[in-house]
Parts: sequence; structure tokens; C-alpha cells
Amino acid sequence: ESRSAFVAGLEPRACIRFKCALTNTILDILRRRPGWVEVKEEGEWDFYWCDVSWLRENFDHTYMDEHVRICHFRNHYELTRKNYIVKNLKRFRKQIEREAGKLEATKCDFFPKTFEMPSEYHLFVEEFRKNPGITWIMKPVARSQGRGIFLFRKLKDVIDWRKVKPAGPHCSLFVAPLLLPTHPSCSPSLDDQKDETQVENYVAQCYIENPYLIGGRKFDLRVYVLVMSYIPLKAWLYRDGFARFSNTRFTLSSIDDQYVHLTNVAVQKTAPDYDPEKGCKWMIQRFRQYLTAKHGAEVVETLFAEMDNIFIKSLQSVQKVIISDKHCFELYGYDILIDQDLKPWLLEVNASPSLTASSQEDYELKCHLLKDTLHIVDMEGRLTGKEKRIGGFDLMWNDGPVSRAEGNVDTPENGSFMANTHLGYNNDRKKQLKQLFKPLHTQQKV
Amino acid sequence: MMLEQDTGLSLAIAQIVQRLKGSSLHSQLERQARGSLHKPEIKLESLKEDIKEFLKTSGWEKRLQNAVYSELNVFPSPCHPAAPPEHIKEPLVYMRKAQGSWEKRILKSLNSMCTELSIPLARKRPIGEQKELLNKWNEMGTDEPDLTLFRPVYAPKDFLEVLMNLRNPNYENGDQPSFRNHLGLIQVPLKVKDIPELKDYFSELGLNTGQLGIDDSTEVPPELFENEHIRVGQTVLTEQDSAAAQQYVRQGCPTALRAELWALILNISNQPEDILYYEQLKSNVIQHDLLVDSLIYKDVKLTASNDDYYFVFEDYLYQVLLCFSRDTSVLEHFSYNSATPPKSYIRGKLGMEEYAVFYPPNGVIPFHGFSMYVAPLCFLYHEPSKLYQIFREMYVRFFFRLHSISSHPSGIVSLCLLFETLLQTHLPQLFYHLREIGAQPLRISFKWMVRAFSGYLATDQLLLLWDRILGYNSLEILAVLAAAVFAFRAVNLMEVTSLAAAEAVLADLSTLKVMPLLQIFLFATVT
Repeated sequence: ESRSAFVAGLEPRACIRFKCALTNTILDILRRRPGWVEVKEEGEWDFYWCDVSWLRENFDHTYMDEHVRICHFRNHYELTRKNYIVKNLKRFRKQIEREAGKLEATKCDFFPKTFEMPSEYHLFVEEFRKNPGITWIMKPVARSQGRGIFLFRKLKDVIDWRKVKPAGPHCSLFVAPLLLPTHPSCSPSLDDQKDETQVENYVAQCYIENPYLIGGRKFDLRVYVLVMSYIPLKAWLYRDGFARFSNTRFTLSSIDDQYVHLTNVAVQKTAPDYDPEKGCKWMIQRFRQYLTAKHGAEVVETLFAEMDNIFIKSLQSVQKVIISDKHCFELYGYDILIDQDLKPWLLEVNASPSLTASSQEDYELKCHLLKDTLHIVDMEGRLTGKEKRIGGFDLMWNDGPVSRAEGNVDTPENGSFMANTHLGYNNDRKKQLKQLFKPLHTQQKV
Repeated sequence: MMLEQDTGLSLAIAQIVQRLKGSSLHSQLERQARGSLHKPEIKLESLKEDIKEFLKTSGWEKRLQNAVYSELNVFPSPCHPAAPPEHIKEPLVYMRKAQGSWEKRILKSLNSMCTELSIPLARKRPIGEQKELLNKWNEMGTDEPDLTLFRPVYAPKDFLEVLMNLRNPNYENGDQPSFRNHLGLIQVPLKVKDIPELKDYFSELGLNTGQLGIDDSTEVPPELFENEHIRVGQTVLTEQDSAAAQQYVRQGCPTALRAELWALILNISNQPEDILYYEQLKSNVIQHDLLVDSLIYKDVKLTASNDDYYFVFEDYLYQVLLCFSRDTSVLEHFSYNSATPPKSYIRGKLGMEEYAVFYPPNGVIPFHGFSMYVAPLCFLYHEPSKLYQIFREMYVRFFFRLHSISSHPSGIVSLCLLFETLLQTHLPQLFYHLREIGAQPLRISFKWMVRAFSGYLATDQLLLLWDRILGYNSLEILAVLAAAVFAFRAVNLMEVTSLAAAEAVLADLSTLKVMPLLQIFLFATVT
């Protein structure tokens, strides 16, 4: 009995042909994978680690055989663009409130209040006036690595900024609503918005003023979630991740100092006192231990369970809109901020989390992450499909919650349900992989 | 015989009573006893017994017990009533002499730096500077003073050279120096434990006893050991019993209970007067600038700030170490430390004792890597005065022994000898090979032991190691671990052909698991 029979559509191949749009860690991993061969520009491929611009231009008119795999979903931006995730979460929340009541709906309250600009400008102003003195953050929807972001407390700051910034193609549409809130031509059409390149859209988001600080520094968490399909929803959570620290101490008095507030490593790297040799990351295991020593195990369990909730709810909220093409999988980088009450907040989801390594330790983390991702994609057809753990990944959701217990007897309603997530736990992936592949390997030989 | 034991005991009791008299605990007990007079259960006829009973039930007796236990742990037992104070510091004359000349060298180095840079050892800060420092107290790490001209007063390897040259002038074993008896770097005849004695001493680390660091790994069901161990730990904390805590931590502390357990063992309760004392030290820092402050800044910037995990705590390190330098209560520990605090003289009054002050005020001159003693504690304690007290207690109980020359079994000299003896006895081939290629093992392991492995092991592993230091009230485990590390990497080490290559094999200890290594070395190696 051949294991490959379980994996429908995979023909045994002499080698797996791959293409890779990036030149960092992923390329190293692909090149080193046994039986995988890099193809030239125009050659046929079985696997493509593409970038999102290629996807946008070519996906719709590229024919792919059943076995072919690609590392993005066509419309992943429903999850990753700041204005779309807000819309999807709001809609999902309403749905839960209708179906399961107000209390259950509060489980979706992990995204700071966000308003699309300029279309929701009026709603934003209403909220702004209701909470005088709080800080807001303006973020461009499509840019990453901390570019174009600024903080403000006064509406005046927004107007001034718009005057100073170089004009984008639709900037007049933006300025107009600020000066003439009732102008009928305010909101650009939805079609324009869907196109990523042309419109410079922004979101105004409530800024979390009481972040949890360690050593007086602000940090956020980067966690990796691998989605193999949306319908049904199958998602894996990686045990490793890291906390990214701001290089300077946190204080609300220096709103202009974007180095304090933005913890993206890319922004940190441009700060004047940034020392590239100095790590500003903690592995998430260390972070988990620190919190446990400070607050006790139970509190930390609750925090991490709430983070699991963020991952699952966010994916569920886009389940019906994302085109669940069987060729696609996606490795997301989730950015989570913890506040002083130990509540986790979702800052954003990245469809192309940085795979460039900032240190030796970081390189190893990313190597293992990517290797295990490729194991799960399983071009080699080695898996049964029944695995709950592969390397450093734990199966978090399989069209329903996944329990740690053998045999899936427990359900969340059952008091003793323990989720199969191990974020911040020991990642003994080598041992696990050895155990995993040994019986399969011997089976295949037979 | 009996008589001697009795006099020894009564002497010890007398000394402890002497030390506890006038302490805040004493006045608190008096206050409690006086307050209890109003209670109905205290009767005049049986006053003494009733008050004793009251103190027992209200938990005060336990606090007294903890204080006595703490004294027993820290202060050496009196040897002979007529023993002079130098003997309490260090009984062996040649060791005292060596420590004295080492101190002279350090002081000379400090003074010459001072003259070269024309910086005074101490100066009062102008008001403007005081205000600025007070504002920046929580973020002193943002300060970037020009420290290029400062250099650490000494580094561990300088200290190792001194230890290598230690000789007992009374010792003559008649042998010609040969490879058989002069294999190691340490050439003094101190008594160190061998493996059977270590097995006995560290019996709780044995294969049949549950350990945190081994039996709490994910494959082991928590019902087997971990859950019960946590429950016992919680009970120990409720009972507030120092002695029980010390016994308990030999099997490791659960992460969530560690901070409290260590505080209980070290008898730190962070009373209002302790907080006040810390604030007083802080104001001393604000008012006066010391030369050693620059040394501290430099050390933190060079070591902890560059560490992947400790960089976050940079500000706490300044808050602790700057206060530590000014804490004159630390001078008390010199009664049992072979070192003597350096003396400095007011300008123009050299040699005149009335104008002598200890410099720095706490008598401890920091060396390269000193801040790493504090860094791991930042994982456990976040309130500055508590963090400070824990560090100070750890220093006067343990860390001072790692950089002073003494014959104490936990002193660095004994640790080095213990390490070399263990390696020589149980891995003779490895030892010989390393020596032949010019890579004396102690040259590599010395820095680990001087820093109590801080900065070399992963933090969770380091804390498990320090659990055992507290549990056994001894630093010998550092030497055992050092030998166990060499044993673990023996295969790779046998292949190297230079000191640099040996250093490379042992450069990264961050993946090591401390408890399995210790267990295997002590209990599972065929000797």
C-alpha cells in the first residue's frame, strides 16, 4: 500500500521543479531540499514561491496542474490589507452576534477601532470627538515595514499632513472630505479600492496607549500561521516566534519619534542608535517564561488562548471571501500587541512576512519554519493527512478545533479540552520529524 | 569532647544573638510582644510561655527562625574563641598575602586610570546635573557618555594568571615536577570533593529523584512529578519556612514560584525600611558621581547591553549597580571575605587614617562582566528595591567568592581545582590531549565559573542552575557543570588541534540542558 495513494493527484516524480521570486532564506531552503530542482525563467514548474505582484498579474491566466503549489491565495489581501480585514471582521462580528449573542461576539474585539479613509471619515470624526485626547495612528493600507505611518491627537495634524505630503493620484478626494465633510464625491468607488496599486488609501486606527512594557520598552509579537486551505479551514501554528523590541524607551510624550512607537525591525534599523549587532528580538519561549515568572502560569495560559482565538477568528472572518484554490497555501506573519492588562490585540497580518534573517538565531528560526512549511505542503507525498504535528507546526484548526488529546474525543464544550497549540513551547522539531518520517519512509520502500 | 561541642554551640548562639540584636526584626518582635500584652490569652502568671506561644502562632517565631537560618548560612561557624578576625576572613596566611597583593595591583590600576584621565574618584554633582539624572533615572541607558578612555580595571583572565601563580610555601611533596602531578594550572593543595563525595552531597540530583529541568519536559506527564512538586512549593511558600525552601529548591523551582522562593531563602521581605534604604542610596547616586560609575556604565554597555536577552534590562542594571557601589552595609561581608575594601584618602591627607574612606563606599571594585551577576535576576524581580536587595544578598552570600582568593570550598580557587581534578580523574585522555595542544581546560572554563555561567547558558537553564546554588548553599556545582560540559563535548574536543579550535567547540553553550548534563556526569558515568 503506497502512502502516495492517499495524496490524490500526486504523480511520483523524479524531481520537483521550483521557482522562487525571493533571494533570501527561502531560496537557500529550496535549493537544499533533496529532489528539488530550480527551473529557469520560462521553464515549467511544480512549485512557485512567488511574490504578490506576480500573483496579481499572472494568477488569473496561468494554468496549473492539480499537483502544482503556489505560496499565496489570490485575494489574500482580504486578510492582510488593513482596510479589508477591518470590514471582514466587522461583518463577521455582526454575524456572530446574530447567531450566538453579544457575549460571544466580544471574542472578536481584538482589533483596535479602525476607520477607512476617506470613506469612513465621518464615522471617524464622530469617534474622535467622543474620545478627546486619545492618540490615533494613521497607516497606509498597502505599505509595509512601517513606511508612511504617523501618530496624531488633533484633527489639525491630519489636515496639515495632507498638505505637506506629495500628492497621490486621489489625494484631492482625501483632502476634500476633511474640509467639506458633506461633499458628495468623497468616497472613491469600491472597484478602485480593490486595486492595490493605484489608490493611496489610509486607515485611522486607535493607538494602544498602554502597551505592556518590558524593561521600559514596547514590543510586539510575530507569530507564524500556515493556512493550507480556507474551505475547509485548515491552519497550523508554529511554536517559535519572537518579540520585537523598540530600541528606545516608551513614552507618550514623543509622538514624533516613530522609532519608539514602531516596532517593525525594518524601521528600527534606520533609528540613529540602532546597532545591528545588538539583537532587539526575544524568542517567544523566553517571552513566555518571563511572563510566567512574573504573572504565573494560569494568567499566561489565558493570554495565549486569547491569541489562538485571534488567529482562528481572523481566518474565519475571511473564510467565505477568500478564493480557496487547492493550489494555494500561505504562510502568514501575525503581529500581536499585548497591553498592560495582558490583552492581546491584532495589529496586522502579513502575507509575505520577512524571510530575511537579522541574526544567526533568526536565520535558524526561519530555516526551520520554511522547512516545516514545505514538509506540510508535502510535494513529496509522504504524509497521511492525519498528522496533528509536523516539525514545529501544530495543527490548530481542521474544520473545527483540534484537541491535544489523542483521538479527538474532546470538544471545546467538554471541560477538559486542551487546544493543540504550543506557541512558546519547546520546539524539538528534529526529533519529531525523525519519528514522523521514519515509518513513512520504510512503508514507501515496501 | 562534649564540652568543646557545647562551647562551640553556645559561642555560635551568642554570635547570632549579637548580630540579630538591634536589627529591625528584633524591634519588631519587641513591639509584637508588647502589643500582645493586651490580649486576653496572655496571663501574668505564665507571661513568658504565653508570649512565646503567641509569637509562634502569629508566625513571628517562623520569621525569627528564618533570620537565624540565614545567619547560619551566611556567616562561617566560629572556629575558636581566640581566633583573630583575619582567620575568619581567610585562615591560610599565603592566601591572605596573595589576596593582598592582588588588591594592591587593582588599586594601582584604578589610581593610574584616575591620574591619566584627571578624573577625581568622587565629586559632588552640580544641581543642574542632579535634576537631569533624577529625570532620567528610569532610562539611564539612553545616556551615551564617552567611555572610550575608560577600561575595565581587570578581566577574568588577569585574575586567572594570579591564581595560577599561587603557591603554598609550606608545601613540599618532594616530587620532581613532572607531567604526572602538574597537569593543571592550579598548584595549591586544597581539599576538594571527589565524585563519590559529590554524589552524596548532591544526592537530590540523583537519577531516582524528580528534577525540574528534566522531569518537566513535554514528554513526561505532569502527574508523575511536576504537579506534585508545584503543590509542595506552594505549601512551602504558605508556611514561609526558609529552611524548607532551601531544601525544596534542590529539585528546581517552578517558574511561577521562583521569585518568591528565592526571596524566602535569602530572607528578603522588602519592608518599608528596606525601600527607604534603597531610596537613600538612590539619592546618594543623584548627589555624587563616582569614578566607578563610569566603570559600571562601560561594563553594562560591553556585556549586558550586547546580550540578546539581557539588553532589555539595561536600565535596571544601572539602577542596581550604581546604588550597590554606595551601599556601606556591604562592608559587613568583609568580615568573612578574604578581600579587604580599598582605602582612599582625602586629597592631601595621604596615610592619615582619620581621613581615610573606603572606595568605592561598598568596597567592591567592579570588573569586566560584573553586571552579568545582576542581569538574570531582572527576569524575576521588577520592583527596583526588591531586585536590589536580592542582588545584594546574592553577592554577599555567593558572588564575592568568585573573585577573591581564599581557601573556602566555594571560593574560586577551590572551584578551579575541583574542575581540574574532576576532569583529570574522569577524562584523563581528554585532559592530556588538551594540555598537549596548549588548551588547558581551565583557560576556557574559568570565565564560565567566575560569572556563575551568566551570559553563557540560556536564561531558563541558568536559573535552574542558580536554584541549586541556593539549595546547596555552595558554588561547587559550577565546577561540576564545567566538567560535565567538557565531558559532553569530549568527542569534538579530542579532534581539535589548537586552543582556538577548542574555544570554538565550547563557544556556544546556549543549547545545553544543565540538569541532564549534571545528572549524567555525577550519576551515570562509569568511574
